[in-house]
Amino acid sequence: MHNSNSVVAEQFDDRIQQHEASNLGMWIFLATEIMFFGGLFTGYTIYRNLYTSGFETASHLLNAKLGAFNTAVLICSSLTMALAVHAAQTGKRKKLIAYLLSTMSLGLVFIYIKFILEWHHDYLEGLAPGLHFTYAGPHARHVELFFCFYFVMTGVHALHMIVGEGVLAVLLVMAWRGRFSTEKYNPIEMMGLYWHFVDIVWIFLFPLLYLLGARF
Amino acid sequence: MSSAEAELPIESRVHYLNADYGIKSWLLTTDHKRIGLMYLVSITFFFCFGGVAATLMRLNLLEPQGLLVEPETYNKLFSMHGIIMVFFFLIPSIPAVLGNFLIPMMIGARDVAFPRLNLLSWYVFMTGGLLTLYAVIAGGVDTGWTFYTPLSTQYSNTHVMAAAAGIFIAGFSSILTGMNFVVTIHKMRAPGLSWFRLPLFIWAMYATSIIFILGTPVIAISLVLIALERWFHVGIFDPALGGDPILFQHMFWFYSHPAVYVMILPSMGVVSELITTFSRKKIFGYHFIAFSSIAIAAIGFLVWGHHMFVSGQSIYAGLVFSALSFAVAIPSAVKVFNWTATLYKGSISYDAPMLYALGFIGLFTIGGLTGLYLSTLAIDQHVHATYFVVAHFHYIMVGGAVMGYLGGIHYWWPKISGRMYPDGWARVAAIIIFVGFNLTFFPQFILGYLGMPRRYAVYPAEYHTLNVVSTAGASILGLGYVIPLIYLIWSMRYGREAGPNPWHATGLEWTTASPPPPHNFEETPVVTEEPYSYDRLAEEIQVA
Repeated sequence: MHNSNSVVAEQFDDRIQQHEASNLGMWIFLATEIMFFGGLFTGYTIYRNLYTSGFETASHLLNAKLGAFNTAVLICSSLTMALAVHAAQTGKRKKLIAYLLSTMSLGLVFIYIKFILEWHHDYLEGLAPGLHFTYAGPHARHVELFFCFYFVMTGVHALHMIVGEGVLAVLLVMAWRGRFSTEKYNPIEMMGLYWHFVDIVWIFLFPLLYLLGARF
Repeated sequence: MSSAEAELPIESRVHYLNADYGIKSWLLTTDHKRIGLMYLVSITFFFCFGGVAATLMRLNLLEPQGLLVEPETYNKLFSMHGIIMVFFFLIPSIPAVLGNFLIPMMIGARDVAFPRLNLLSWYVFMTGGLLTLYAVIAGGVDTGWTFYTPLSTQYSNTHVMAAAAGIFIAGFSSILTGMNFVVTIHKMRAPGLSWFRLPLFIWAMYATSIIFILGTPVIAISLVLIALERWFHVGIFDPALGGDPILFQHMFWFYSHPAVYVMILPSMGVVSELITTFSRKKIFGYHFIAFSSIAIAAIGFLVWGHHMFVSGQSIYAGLVFSALSFAVAIPSAVKVFNWTATLYKGSISYDAPMLYALGFIGLFTIGGLTGLYLSTLAIDQHVHATYFVVAHFHYIMVGGAVMGYLGGIHYWWPKISGRMYPDGWARVAAIIIFVGFNLTFFPQFILGYLGMPRRYAVYPAEYHTLNVVSTAGASILGLGYVIPLIYLIWSMRYGREAGPNPWHATGLEWTTASPPPPHNFEETPVVTEEPYSYDRLAEEIQVA
């Protein structure tokens, strides 16, 4: 058993090997995530090409302003996350805590807007397939299909946000207790990769779902 | 470890099996060797379940009218057999058992890159497995292992959700294992162990891990979509909304066809090791075998449409998928030719592992060539969904994957347990399995060609004789599986001690004691030569 002061786990020879291994591991994990979302994006692309006008009609039922605002929120949270990684690498504990907190807060703003202002609203409007769907305008079937995609894709994305918030909370406690140093900041770096990935997924989701067809 | 210490009797030396005792020391272990053994026990358990289902099916088919069960029960039996054997035996078989046990030792590492993640994979696997078993016990699933929509989403009244959830969860075990292996192979190799000095088993496991990583997430999301469609009765495969059930088939086979290569590639890796060891000859065409593994993994991702030639996909898509399916036969054939070239003028010994390897080559060749029949559009029209297909993929999965798995278990058993099994019994079992297997499945080629459809509990009387032959073969095959189960367990206690290298094989795993010490090597080995240098080894043995 290695002692708690050691920053290198027993299976590794040195810190460099450990660092490279966890980096590669995280990138591979992100590759699996791309394939996971990839199934949804493929299905979406096929139906969007088949039912162009239905998907445009449905897209116009979404609140593009809230979507745009949320995009800005997430991009800012990516900035604070990147700053948190830098603070960890340079061993600045207070800054690290501050940036982790701001990343978490921005994430929570996103989740609030998504859950309360958007999904709940869509549900009340009768746009939630399977739960409460009353839309009866043109292309009603294809609009429903679009909203299936909308809820699944943004739902899976939101799930990733929530998981990210949980891990951030753990890292925040660890940072509070001074567990990170210029020798050991790997978990923060890995979290950074994950958080940026979740942001990038949203960067793709926003135009695909909210910005179809001429609108403004 | 000094060689003198390795020669000590097993009991008087600290190794991974006696370094710690008690159930907790197993359930909380992060030792890759112990985790490998935990997988070995788990998948043997699942194999027995899947085997019982197969036995009942074969018994039912003894009579044209069905001997034993109602057609509904029969549907559940073949679904359970497929789901358990594919997801809970074949896919984890070699990777999770032998891969876990051997990869760190073959590359001279103390453990995999992420040992705790490795243990987590086992728990995830068991959670998924037990959930699926619950589905079976609670009443079963009748969709087949393929979960085709709309049967699985709208019409089936069985426990589809529990089974799908079990497979979804177990999928994460595959993903984590694949991730762990790729990072381990990239970053943990001993000094001097360059890529082209790696054992071919490592190349095969690397290719397999790539499929785990890129394929498994796609079936995960497909099963999520099935779940949403079942729960909320709306979904993207629902034709009522303009959705397309064929899309599910595309997504399902995007994973499940590469999954076939997850089953066969590791076996090919094992066979590469066995052929060269028991021919006492350097492997022929090392680079070709290594790259053919990668080629199979890569092309394997582009052939899924050959499962859908009659599903309504466009004829042009069919043509392309047909051509690509032919292409994937090339790297497979490269391997077979290299193995036979290795055998040529080798000094071959017919130990039990070698019998499995030779059996593999023959059976895999039959399975592969009949795969070419099936990827021919016109022939597939005729034999699609008949017993011809069943026979074809059993030649790959049982004749190929299971033979390779058993060969590997027998080859590395002295390393795993530190003891030898009775060689005579092992050879007899290998031959019984070979005979039983062919007797079971060769008649099914003929049945399929004559037109007997798969997945039916009853059949016209003209197919009676061949079905009886097949069932007789299955009982021989079953006996063949029971024998190793008995003598391997027996040998753990009563077998004679094997010593570090009973086969006089090359490879780092044979340089350490059997069973290996907790961290595999007393000091990190340094590699200074090409793999499989049996020419040099032969001289050393003659001198000794």
